[in-house]
Amino acid sequence: MHAEPIGFKAKAQAAFAGLESEPGVRKPDPILVVDKVVRRFGGLTAVDVDHVEIQRGSITALIGPNGAGKTTFFNQLTGFDTADAGEWTFNGARLNGVPAHKVARRGMVRTFQLTKALSKLTVLENMRLGAQGQKGENFFRAFVQSIWRGQEDAITERAEQLLERFKLDKKRDDFAGSLSGGQRKLLEMARALMVEPELVMLDEPMAGVNPALTQSLLGHVKDLRDQGMTVLFVEHDMDMVRDISDWVIVMAQGAVIAEGPPDTIMSDSRVIDAYLGAHHDAPLSQEEAELQLQAAEAELEEEAGIEHAEPTEPNEPAEPAEPAAASEEKKEASA
Amino acid sequence: MDWLTILVTTVEAAVGVETVVYALAALGVNIQFGYSGLLNFGQAAFLGVAGYGLAVIVSTFGLPFWLGIVVGLASVVVFAFLLGVPTLKLRADYLAIVTIAAAEIVRLIFRSVAFKDVFGGSDGRRAFSGTFYDMNPFPPGQYGIGPFGFSERVLWVLVLGWFLVGISCLAIYLLMKSPWGRVLKAIREDEDAVRSLGKNVFSYKMQALILGGVVGCFGGFVYALAFASVQPDVFGTELTFYAYTIVILGGAARVFGPVLGASIFWVLLVLVGNTLSEAVSAGYITFMTTTQVGPVRFMLVGLGLILLLVFRPQGIFGDKREIALDAR
Repeated sequence: MHAEPIGFKAKAQAAFAGLESEPGVRKPDPILVVDKVVRRFGGLTAVDVDHVEIQRGSITALIGPNGAGKTTFFNQLTGFDTADAGEWTFNGARLNGVPAHKVARRGMVRTFQLTKALSKLTVLENMRLGAQGQKGENFFRAFVQSIWRGQEDAITERAEQLLERFKLDKKRDDFAGSLSGGQRKLLEMARALMVEPELVMLDEPMAGVNPALTQSLLGHVKDLRDQGMTVLFVEHDMDMVRDISDWVIVMAQGAVIAEGPPDTIMSDSRVIDAYLGAHHDAPLSQEEAELQLQAAEAELEEEAGIEHAEPTEPNEPAEPAEPAAASEEKKEASA
Repeated sequence: MDWLTILVTTVEAAVGVETVVYALAALGVNIQFGYSGLLNFGQAAFLGVAGYGLAVIVSTFGLPFWLGIVVGLASVVVFAFLLGVPTLKLRADYLAIVTIAAAEIVRLIFRSVAFKDVFGGSDGRRAFSGTFYDMNPFPPGQYGIGPFGFSERVLWVLVLGWFLVGISCLAIYLLMKSPWGRVLKAIREDEDAVRSLGKNVFSYKMQALILGGVVGCFGGFVYALAFASVQPDVFGTELTFYAYTIVILGGAARVFGPVLGASIFWVLLVLVGNTLSEAVSAGYITFMTTTQVGPVRFMLVGLGLILLLVFRPQGIFGDKREIALDAR
């Protein structure tokens, strides 16, 4: 975070200056504009997004409690699932109803929550697959090596540069299936870059990655923005969201409930309600944590008073009292 | 016991007509299953459609031989297309169910009474291979070395059959080391990943299904011409399952795997079968009759294949590292 050139982040965040923290707020230069997307599974409405815009050249995080419909929303946008209603445009061109492979060709490439490394292909072959417009991928031209050899060499060179950047160059001839979970995430991201996308959509890039690799992955995500790409990612790790995102969109129960800069979004009352509705272990803002601490201390003091009269286990009564007090404090903080 | 007969029949089985037919069928299955992960359990129908296409055009309608070949090939492509359109968007197991059902439907239509005038019912069709044998460049006689030999008719079929095997292997080799083959192998691993990289997965699966069908259908032509007849029950489900056995025996996703697999499969069947029947008729084995040898040889070969899968799951040409990846 500190080593990062400040210029890019400041520039990306400047685009958001003065925007209201309202769901569906207009951005100065949106690359992706989504309108009234609905996806139902039987009686369950998994996604019902009224309006959302993704700012070009920024890192936007999409967060929300489990079951909020983040991945389903991703699937709609990238053509992996068919929306029941709604439309969205990418670079001004309509994208609803476009099949997944054409979405990728237009420059909007995604990765998956459960990494999809192509196990029995080598790391290099995985990378080569990402390149677009390959002459050798046509059935008839595939027979004549001289037609596609030159292009293949150029692709290989580009793949090797990317592998080096992602520190996978030593693994280039290994089967992708033999990589560790974190390395697979790296490979998937590198492979997505072979497509030369404008918008990279990462579905939980940190899930199942060991902490040592997290920093390197974070660096790569920032790199994408610094190279002029737009990043939209789903993530549960709030530290990561705070660290790298320029803007945060919060989903709950299928709808976008709030948007805002990462520093303030977590103290937004709607966000807290959404998280606490399902999860009591959601991260707290600074003030909340302090209030909670004060409440706990006050209670302990009270206990100490009682203890003199009636000796029991010192900590026992404090524990059940704590969650109730904490949630009270939260309501105060949100008010 | 007549060891010479056993030796001769075994050696001839290694390169014989059945080996060619099954090698071609298995080469097709290898494109579909081995490289692309498509579970086509209807390969027999592709051979049947080709064989019947030729037979019906020539013997039922009295049209020229070459037209029969063209119609056979065209029918296979159309059949693959019809099979692929509704199923290739579904998960792999649905393709397996639909293809095995479609193959049975095709076989039952061939043997149905309603179409007896066209397909000849359960007797099938004959008298369509005249033009083919007229083109035979080998003068009548026995060709071979020592006790091993074939008649000029069989030799002509074998030369052409092995030529088709060679051409198919060459084409598969060229295709599979090209970017086209890379896309197929990637689809086998995970088609969503391939889709997310901008490849039209449906189109590639269709191409693989058609290509595998066309390679397999050469086997149908070879069978029809070698035996100068087609019967519906030849193209039953066993043919498909043997083809799969051969692919796994040779090593899936290996160019020459199916060819060697077919050879070994038929050598084993003939060797075990003939040795058993010789031993029975010479009185060495008393607990079974010569008619029981047929089923027993399949049991023994089946046992052998199970042992192969236990001790060498990657097949003969397979790469052990690839199998190890599946266990992760």
